[in-house]
Amino acid sequence: MRPLTEAETRAVFEKLGRYIGENIQLLVDRPDGTYCFRLHCDRVYYLSEKLLKVAASVPRDNLVSPGTCFGKFTKTQKFRLSVTALDFLAPYAKYKVWVKPGSEQSFLYGNHVLKSGLGRITENTAQYQGVVVYSMADVPLGFGVAAKSTQECRKVDPMAIVVFHQADVGEYVRNEDTLT
Amino acid sequence: MAAVRVEEVLAAAEEQEAEKRRSVTVEKELELEFDLGNLLALDRNPPAAVELRGAGPRREALLRALARDNTQLLVARLWELPAERAGGAGGPLVARLPEPAFRLPREKPPPRPRPPTRWEQFARLKGIRRRKRTSLVWDEQAKEWRRRWGYRRAGGDPARAWLAEVPEGADPEEDQFARLRREKRERVARNELNRLRNLARAHRAGTAVPAAPLHPTGHQSREELGHVARVARVSTASLGRFQPRLPKEPVEPPSRSGGRKRRFEPLLGNLAAERSRQLELLRDMSSKKPVLDITRAVNKQLRQEEAEAAAAKGKKQSQRGKRGRRQQGAGGVSGGLGGPVPPSFAGTDR
Repeated sequence: MRPLTEAETRAVFEKLGRYIGENIQLLVDRPDGTYCFRLHCDRVYYLSEKLLKVAASVPRDNLVSPGTCFGKFTKTQKFRLSVTALDFLAPYAKYKVWVKPGSEQSFLYGNHVLKSGLGRITENTAQYQGVVVYSMADVPLGFGVAAKSTQECRKVDPMAIVVFHQADVGEYVRNEDTLT
Repeated sequence: MAAVRVEEVLAAAEEQEAEKRRSVTVEKELELEFDLGNLLALDRNPPAAVELRGAGPRREALLRALARDNTQLLVARLWELPAERAGGAGGPLVARLPEPAFRLPREKPPPRPRPPTRWEQFARLKGIRRRKRTSLVWDEQAKEWRRRWGYRRAGGDPARAWLAEVPEGADPEEDQFARLRREKRERVARNELNRLRNLARAHRAGTAVPAAPLHPTGHQSREELGHVARVARVSTASLGRFQPRLPKEPVEPPSRSGGRKRRFEPLLGNLAAERSRQLELLRDMSSKKPVLDITRAVNKQLRQEEAEAAAAKGKKQSQRGKRGRRQQGAGGVSGGLGGPVPPSFAGTDR
């Protein structure tokens, strides 16, 4: 476990910024205590200072997961967000998509969101903007990338993809062994 | 008794035959690589390490056998080349070797380019370029194309002219032909002297030792030269840290280690400093964003127009006393996208 280097921090913030914009500041500078990002086994964890001190006493080989895993660095040093970061993305998300109850299940099985399943979408969402996907009851289901801007969404046919799937809470069941 | 002898003879003959065949056919686990242009064969087969260890007659014999076998293979390849008799039927058999593929280093370094002469230096300083002129010009008198200079030049050789003009103010008794000849001789002598001077200067300049050792292969590729330049750059006491860059030398990315051992921040260091560093980074990242996003601006404009159109339509409908349509979703959210197209969007097809 170690702090992120400058380049790694930049990669993480750039990826997070696609979903929550400048709200990353609220993650870095929290009024309720000191929180930090730490790298462990190529994964980035977000944890409190208190937890950090406890986790520091665990041998590296025995440490499975300190704090919340935000994602992992690939071998080519690209950062991938994982669904475990959803708890921190959902409250700060700038662009949201609500999915109709009928197509919730399809999304939770790892499929893209189609126009027919689109309940609501934040105004002025640009194309390829990172969005957080909610159910109509405002339960965060996952996140993805807008395939169409809000304007285009109105005109496309019902079977067109509106949001590209990136992660959903169904992964907690599907990828139970690799999520940490 | 005789039968035994016959068998012996047969066995001996067979052995002899096998021996002869063995000397021609060589079995190798890996095929040899041939470069017939250089008469080169590369044997990639690992030699028997046990046999080669230590000096001795066995090792010597093994090496000899190996060399013989490989030479056999090479010669066999040479015989496969198309050959012909040179100089009639009785001449020697000649085969044309293919182009050599293996790049052998030169024995001697390639000749250095000649340093510029005094005139070339001067011309470069003044920006004088050589003009290309045709060597043949049309001779009006002879009615044919002739050389611009030299023997049988166009317009005739001035030294061989039968008539020489006496310049104004010259001594009328002076032999003008002799003067022309003398001047020409002087010009030639001066040119020769300058040539020798240039040679001497080039000789003096040529004694400098080249900086980086390049393999004398004649033509260096771009990568090779770049590599040598890089090596030369960091071959200083400070590992090239204070080495000034050449005018057009590209700034190469620093190596991952940068000459130092990789070192990370401590795990439980100054968390407040870490936070302020991250906030600084965030400020830096947000300041790099473009001020005007064209796509967003266009989308905003489109949205405004649609909203206006929808408002106008809604007003008309309410004036006519139709049922009031649902308000646009508050809080910057557009609703009801999945269902049938709302009336507000029906007329805004662009």
